[in-house]
Amino acid sequence: MLGKTAGGLYWMFRSLERAENTARLIEAGFRIALTRSTTAEAEWQSVISTLAAQQAYEAIYDSYDSAQVVDFLLREPTNPSSVLSIIKSARDNARLVRTALTAEVWCSVNETWMLFTELLKDEIPQTELPAVLATIRQTSGLVRGALYGTMLRNDIYNFCRLGTFVERMDNTARIIDVKYYSLLPSPSFVGSRLDNVQWETILRSVSAHRSFRWAVEGDFTAPAIAEFLILDRRMPRSLAFSAGQIVDNLSLLAESYGTRQTSNDMAEALQSRLVTPDIHSIFDAGLHQFVNEIIGSTANLAHQVEVDYRFTQ
Amino acid sequence: MYALDGQPRAPYAAYDAWFVKQNNERFAQKSKEAEAFFRRTGITFNVYGQHDAEERLIPFDLVPRIISSREWTRLSKGIEQRIYALNAFLHDIYNRQEILRAGIIPTELIAQNDAFLPQMLDFSPPGNIYTHIVGTDIVRTGEGDFYVLEDNARTPSGVSYMLENRETMLQMFPELFSTIPVQPVSDYPKNLRRSLETSAPLGCSGRPSVAILTPGIHNSAYYEHSFLADQMGVELVEGHDLRVVDGRIAMRTTKGYETIDVLYRRVDDEYLDPLTFNPTSMLGVPGIMDVYRAGNVTIANAPGTGVADDKAVYSYIPEIVKFYTGEPAILKNVETYRCSEPQALQYVLDNLADLVVKEVHGSGGYGMLVGPAATKQELSDFADKLRARPETYIAQPTLSLSTVPIFTESGLAPRHVDLRPFALVSAEGVSITSGGLTRVALTEGSLVVNSSQGGGTKDTWVLED
Repeated sequence: MLGKTAGGLYWMFRSLERAENTARLIEAGFRIALTRSTTAEAEWQSVISTLAAQQAYEAIYDSYDSAQVVDFLLREPTNPSSVLSIIKSARDNARLVRTALTAEVWCSVNETWMLFTELLKDEIPQTELPAVLATIRQTSGLVRGALYGTMLRNDIYNFCRLGTFVERMDNTARIIDVKYYSLLPSPSFVGSRLDNVQWETILRSVSAHRSFRWAVEGDFTAPAIAEFLILDRRMPRSLAFSAGQIVDNLSLLAESYGTRQTSNDMAEALQSRLVTPDIHSIFDAGLHQFVNEIIGSTANLAHQVEVDYRFTQ
Repeated sequence: MYALDGQPRAPYAAYDAWFVKQNNERFAQKSKEAEAFFRRTGITFNVYGQHDAEERLIPFDLVPRIISSREWTRLSKGIEQRIYALNAFLHDIYNRQEILRAGIIPTELIAQNDAFLPQMLDFSPPGNIYTHIVGTDIVRTGEGDFYVLEDNARTPSGVSYMLENRETMLQMFPELFSTIPVQPVSDYPKNLRRSLETSAPLGCSGRPSVAILTPGIHNSAYYEHSFLADQMGVELVEGHDLRVVDGRIAMRTTKGYETIDVLYRRVDDEYLDPLTFNPTSMLGVPGIMDVYRAGNVTIANAPGTGVADDKAVYSYIPEIVKFYTGEPAILKNVETYRCSEPQALQYVLDNLADLVVKEVHGSGGYGMLVGPAATKQELSDFADKLRARPETYIAQPTLSLSTVPIFTESGLAPRHVDLRPFALVSAEGVSITSGGLTRVALTEGSLVVNSSQGGGTKDTWVLED
């Protein structure tokens, strides 16, 4: 396979994952804005910083008003992370690697782009936002379904999956990073109304407000939520789950190419940091520090993958 | 489709019998389905200079254009003869130049031709083949009466539409194909791959590695490049995927550099090698011309083939065919006025309203004038251009092109068409796919069929005997 093609597949799936994550963050933020208007501004600010988009945002707006933030995240052409920009880039990458995709995967991405372009043509009124966000998440599911259902499990598939999980790892780590203070086990805050809101937002941002209750019976505490997001291998958006997928896909690549690369070692080192028996050792060493290191290691790993598999010259 | 007495012409008889039983609503519905299919699968082309309409669909008409087996045989013989002559001409021009010595065509036509590449002198590509892929533009004016409009010997496009149009028709109207014996076109990608493989450099061992070189996703024909790569099962590469490694062309893969033996390039000569041609080109491969001349890679079509499909050289094709084959040309040339000649220029200026004027080096219908359809202002503006740079134009009379019906809201209506059959050339000979791309001028009375100028396409059926 061409190095460029591997890179195109990887970036295509990073983009698709990012679009879906952005939609989920908007959903969580919008819920807070509706139910607790006093904290809405702060909430939107943290959504924007989770997406590392402060600079781009503040170049256009000077306040964090709901309608503005939502428009910026969904449609703003100068925001390279807006859903519309990302889907355009995912589709450009799909055109680039079209010969590596099944007709089903290509068509699902092309249709997603056609649908979003139409759907996001004009500013979305608040009343229609939930429906639009639901469509965005649903469509991402269709692309994923086409990938699962029709693609050969070969190197092409591995690069797609790598893109998905590198992006997801980064995204979940950023959500924790921005809200780490609400996850610290501090007795004076336990059970306060503020904490409950923050916790719910975090769980909603990773679509886990229900699965948390199933997985962690009754124990609605900061450490339990942190453990769920960081260490729980059953939770498909946790750091441990994403790291496991990255390790698996890189191992399959090493196997099919017959060569182990530096990125295999880096991924395994990253994963080993996430198999700590319980969350308290992480709290002892500092949650903020820990998450920051994970974000840094993920970025280094992503770079190494590009080098090892010759995405660019 | 219909003769003067209102009866369907013989090749259309079976189709007509089926068509009269269809109703307009079902047809209109099918037409919408076809469009949705094209859009969903991304069968689009890019139009230069239009930002908001970056990707467009070529309108597809559901009524096939049907050609009898007898007419097709004559047509394909004519194309084969012409392609043979073009390759002989190219080899001669770049080697012994007998045709210039014989005074058949003027030397300055070659020497001052931008498409002539001195880098190709004293070099013979494998099998002396220059034009591996040709898409000759043909018009029909009456029974068995074919004219060649252009030879398109550089990098002809449109073959993906020939294949997709047939695929669409098979999906929309499967019942037609079980009753009417239509020759298949689906072998083209397989034949193209085999044809390219046969043209590999002599020193190549094992199965030759083939790749398509595209300028990238913003090129107007990108869809076709990716379609052909996919159908042939070969890599689709861009300039930055390639480099010269140990005197061969190699592509950067996830496992390192791998050699390419045959490069089907869809990049123009000028951009092929920044070390030899345009130094600012990002689309080519630095040093590829040296590898090529050393016989370590085959480039299809060969650099410098443009000198044979130039619109000024075109006017000499009947002489060229005679010179290299000893026989008169089977297919007719459209009478062509070379505006570089003062007498011809005067004639063209006097009769501008009745002529089609084209740029010698132009393509795709850009920068041409269709006299009968032009306003007074357009005619006088064009006359100024002609006087300023006469040598860059040729003019031709408008032919009474035959029409074929298209489906419109009010039923069938006649429109002008042309035909681009696709030929493959290899050491095994010339092979022409039975069919081609029929382009249709969708506006009533219009003669311009180019997709960039609002033309559409149709499936083209060549009937079995």
